[in-house]
Formats: sequence, C-alpha cells, structure tokens
Amino acid sequence: MRKAQISITYIILTVAAVLVCFPILFSICLSFSDLNDILQGNYIPSKLDFTNYIHAFQTQPLLRYMINSAITGVLSTTLQITFALLAAYAIVFIPFRGKKIIFLIMMATMMIPGEVLVISNFQTIRAWNLLNTFPGLILPGVASTFGIFLFRQNMMQIPLELKEASTVAGVSDFGFFIRVVAPMVKNTVVTLAIYFFLVSWNSYLWPLLSTTEDTVRTVQIGLRQLKNTEAVSDYGMMAAGAMITSLPTLLLIFFGQKRLQEGMTKGALK
Amino acid sequence: MNKIELRDVVKTYDGKKNILEGISLDVREGEFFILVGPSGCGKSTLLRIIAGLEKISSGALMIDGKIANEMPPKDRNLSMVFQNYALYPHMTVRDNILFGLDVRKVPKAEQKERLAEAAEMLGLTEYLSRKPRELSGGQRQRVALARSVCSHAPICLMDEPLSNLDAKLRGHMRTEIRRIQRQLGLTVIYVTHDQVEAMTMGDRILVLHDGKVQQTGTPLELYNTPANTFVAGFIGSPQMNLAEAELLGDTLVLNHSLAVPLTDAERRNLPEGSHWKIGVRPEQIEFAAPDNRAASTVTLCSTEMMGNETQILFSVGAHTFTARWQGQYLLENGRAIHVQLSPDTFHFFDDETGALLRAALTIKGSDMQSA
Repeated sequence: MRKAQISITYIILTVAAVLVCFPILFSICLSFSDLNDILQGNYIPSKLDFTNYIHAFQTQPLLRYMINSAITGVLSTTLQITFALLAAYAIVFIPFRGKKIIFLIMMATMMIPGEVLVISNFQTIRAWNLLNTFPGLILPGVASTFGIFLFRQNMMQIPLELKEASTVAGVSDFGFFIRVVAPMVKNTVVTLAIYFFLVSWNSYLWPLLSTTEDTVRTVQIGLRQLKNTEAVSDYGMMAAGAMITSLPTLLLIFFGQKRLQEGMTKGALK
Repeated sequence: MNKIELRDVVKTYDGKKNILEGISLDVREGEFFILVGPSGCGKSTLLRIIAGLEKISSGALMIDGKIANEMPPKDRNLSMVFQNYALYPHMTVRDNILFGLDVRKVPKAEQKERLAEAAEMLGLTEYLSRKPRELSGGQRQRVALARSVCSHAPICLMDEPLSNLDAKLRGHMRTEIRRIQRQLGLTVIYVTHDQVEAMTMGDRILVLHDGKVQQTGTPLELYNTPANTFVAGFIGSPQMNLAEAELLGDTLVLNHSLAVPLTDAERRNLPEGSHWKIGVRPEQIEFAAPDNRAASTVTLCSTEMMGNETQILFSVGAHTFTARWQGQYLLENGRAIHVQLSPDTFHFFDDETGALLRAALTIKGSDMQSA
C-alpha cells in the first residue's frame, strides 16, 4: 500500500475510534467532576475525586444489585447453555419424526421480538407467584433459540462417523454428548456464555417489570434509580454509577477476548 | 461355521427404489471377506446394515447363528474402521484407542495390557500421547486399526479404510491389515471399490452392482470364471477386452470388423448360438509373427510403456482393445501390428443377459497353480 493510503486509513480509524470512545471518556470525566463544575460546563475534572462513587453507593444499594445481577447472570447463562446444547444435540444427532418442522418452528420464534412476549410472560410469572424471585427473573429466558441455532451449526461440523464409531463401540448418546460433542464445541460454549452473561447483565425491561424489591433487583434498575432522586439530577453520580455497573462487563470482555481468540486460532489449525 | 449370514436382505429408503435387492451371503469365521463394486452400488449400505447403523427393510441378518435384525450395534460384538478413520480430534491417541472400553466394563489393568499390545502391533507406542492432528494419514489409519484391535471384537468391519492413503502406503497397509487379521483370527468384512485390494486381500470376494450380488467367490474364481460381463470388466487391470462376436463360416467376427480364424477344435468348443459377447484378458492377446496364419492385423492406437511390460492399445471396431506384452515395444502409433487372438482364451457371454456361457479354456499362468 502506498503511504497516502495508509495515512487515510489511519485518519479514518482514528476518527472512528474517537467517536466510539467519546461517550465513555465523557462519562469517565463526568464521574470525577463536581456537579457545580458540570453545570457550569467544566467537563474536565481538575483532580481525581471519588465523591461521586461514594454517593452512588450511598444513594442506592448498588453492591446488593450487582450481586443480584451476578446471580441472575450466572444462573441464566448456565441454564441457557445447557438447554441449548441438549436441544442442538437432539436436532443434529438423534433421528426423530418431524425434526425439520420442529427446528423450523424454533427458528421462526427468533423473528418474534422479545417485547411482544413481555405481557404474557408477566402474567405467567405472576400466576406462578414468582414475581420478586430469581426464578421469575430467569425462567422466561432459559430457552435460547439463538443458542440452539449456533450449537446446531457447530455440531453439524462434527462428522457423523464419529457418532457411528461410538455407537458401534457401545457408547450411549449421553456418553457421546459428554465425551465427544461437548469438548468439541467448547469454544462456542465460551463465546455464547460470555454473550449470554452480558445480555443478562444489561437487561432492563424484564427485571424492571418482574421485581419491585431490593433483594432481587438487578443493577440496571439500580442505575436507573440514581436518576430522579433529586430535583436536579446528579450527573456526576449517575456517570459514576454507570462506570461501576459497566466495570464487570468490561472485565469479562477483556479476559474473555483472549480466551476467544485462542479458541478461534485453535479451530483454524484443525 | 458361518459367522455372518444375510438372507434376501432388501434395503430401501423411500419404499420405491431398492438400494439393496435380495442380498444373500455367508461369511465364515476367520475369513477375510471383501465387498467390492463401483461407487453407489450399495456396498457401504450393506456394511452399515451388518454394523446395525442402518435398518433392514426386509430379509434376515444372522450373527453367530442368531437373528440380529434388531440387535443394537453394541451387542453385535464387532468393531468398525471408517474411511475417514473417525478419530476424536480432542483426544490423545491413547484415549482414542481405549474409547469405549470402559463402557464395556473392561478393567483398567486389562485396558492397559490391550493398549500396549495394540500399540506394539501397529507401531504406535511412541505416539500414544499425541493428538490425531499431529499424526500423518498413515499413522491415523493405524490408530483406527489399533482401536479395532483393542476392542477384541471377533468381527471387524472396514469401510474403504485405505482410500485416503497414497499408493505406496496403501500397498504397505494392505499387507499389514492382512497380517493382523491372520494373527488375531478376525472375521473381516472389507468394503472397497478398488479391485486390486479385493484381489490381493480377500479370501472371498462379493461383487455388488446396482444393489445386486453379481458373483461371490475366491479371487481366482472371479478372475477365471466371471459370472457375467460386469464382473469380467470389473475384476482385472487393465480391464478385460469386451466385444460383440458373430460366427460367420469359419471365422469369428469381432465388432463387425475384425475376423478371427477358427480351427476345427476351436470351432467345436464354441457355445451354442452364433451371436455372443466375448471377453479376452489383455495378457491373452499375443504378439504374432506376420506369417502366422492365425494372426490378425490391427492398427496400433497407442502404447503405454511400463518398463517391464508394454500395454498395446488397438481398435477393434468401436472398442479399443488392450494387450499386455512383456518387454519394451517401441512402436509408432498408427502402424499395423500382428496379434494373435485365440478363441480358446475367450470368455463367451450371453448376447442379451451378459451371463457367462463358457469361460476361457486356457488361462495364462494357470498351469503354474499346481506347481
């Protein structure tokens, strides 16, 4: 490539990077600024001031919310992965009548926006007396069509001969699943687990509807509650809250990325 | 004793077209039995039926004298070697070889013993901790064989196990597989499309075409008395030369163009009728001196020089015949050559059905059999 081309590429990349990072950098600045400074338009803090962070924790039980979010996230991720793996295995390796139709119906549900289901889900959960409980938070999302689809695609890469070899060797379906299929789709499991956890951590609408008590409320609702507590919103504190809630996800991506890349290159070598 | 028997086995997927039609066969204990045929003839399906991976549409399968139509694969007491080896990529060679043994409740100590034995037999001892991707094609093939050996199953099914190897390695593995089979007394059913493998490895061969059994027999039976034109053309390399033949007076006319003179004796040996299909092996067509009365003059199409032998291609009507001559013949294309076609070396087949009417009376090299 010529020098000019490289320069142009880098200029475009730099502009894009600044645009993408601006809201984050802006929030970081705000989170360390005094409210008076912010209202006067001084967005660059003069010193590292953690007052906003302390306030955020004092105003709302953020730590409790984070623990709730972590519990919800871990449980729902585990269940989603488990069910998706088992369903995908059945679709790929177990012959049964109407398999194609069932799979198509499953895939069709991906076209239904989640919001449409909120009312019926709410009524179900309320009827089961599960409002304000972790099961109520988790249950509506344990079956993930997207997960099933991804695992199915992944499992279809596994040669059928491997299944036949283990059938002849006398290994059961479950044995084959645990000893061959699960290890072979490990990379997809890691990718999806990170994704599912992030989705759960960032979910807002369902936790807002299904919880009213601090014992189960999740962190995104807590973040929302930082607003409106005063006549003038404390932007600095809100920014601090946002920083706190996004820290776990940042860490997850930061460490997960390495793991993901490792997995991908391994797969490519074959 | 018959280890495996099939009686009138039919396989169909849609109820209309039969993949296999009325297959009957017996495999004796300790026999190396070959299923051979062109691709799509149903040989792999047949093997999978024996393994229990496919259901039988009608007919009976017996293993050790017991009906096994519905027997689950794991109870059939057999092992299988696949074309693509079917090795588990995430497991070491050791785990691949031992896979399934714990399900069969083989004690740990015995597993260790069997592993050592199988690894020794196939020269894998130093590779046990490697993953399949770190092995060459030939080594992967050995791992697949070792798994089979390790299972101690008396029956081993092999589905084109050598087709992914290069020619040299294939030749080597042929002997190797045969050695292991003899050493362990295994009953092997071996699927291949390669007639060289079939001829060199098999105790008996079953030729399958379009889902039907064409012929079952020892390699030499198939070579010397092919049951029909399909088997005749399939077994042997280069292929048997096939042509239409017509009796006109004292000559046999091949493909309406080449006249082969008949002696009285040869004339008497002809089967009934006057129209046939004939087949003649390339090695039976001899080089002839120009003054030989029995010689036919043909035009040379091309030659294939092998060094030790030369394959001579010449046209007989619409077909190209191949002759195999010992030695090096450097002949220019298009020139006339003299060949001797002796009707006693011809196989005669029915004009319409292709069934064998009369096998060749003299077969080159067959006089060496008793020696």
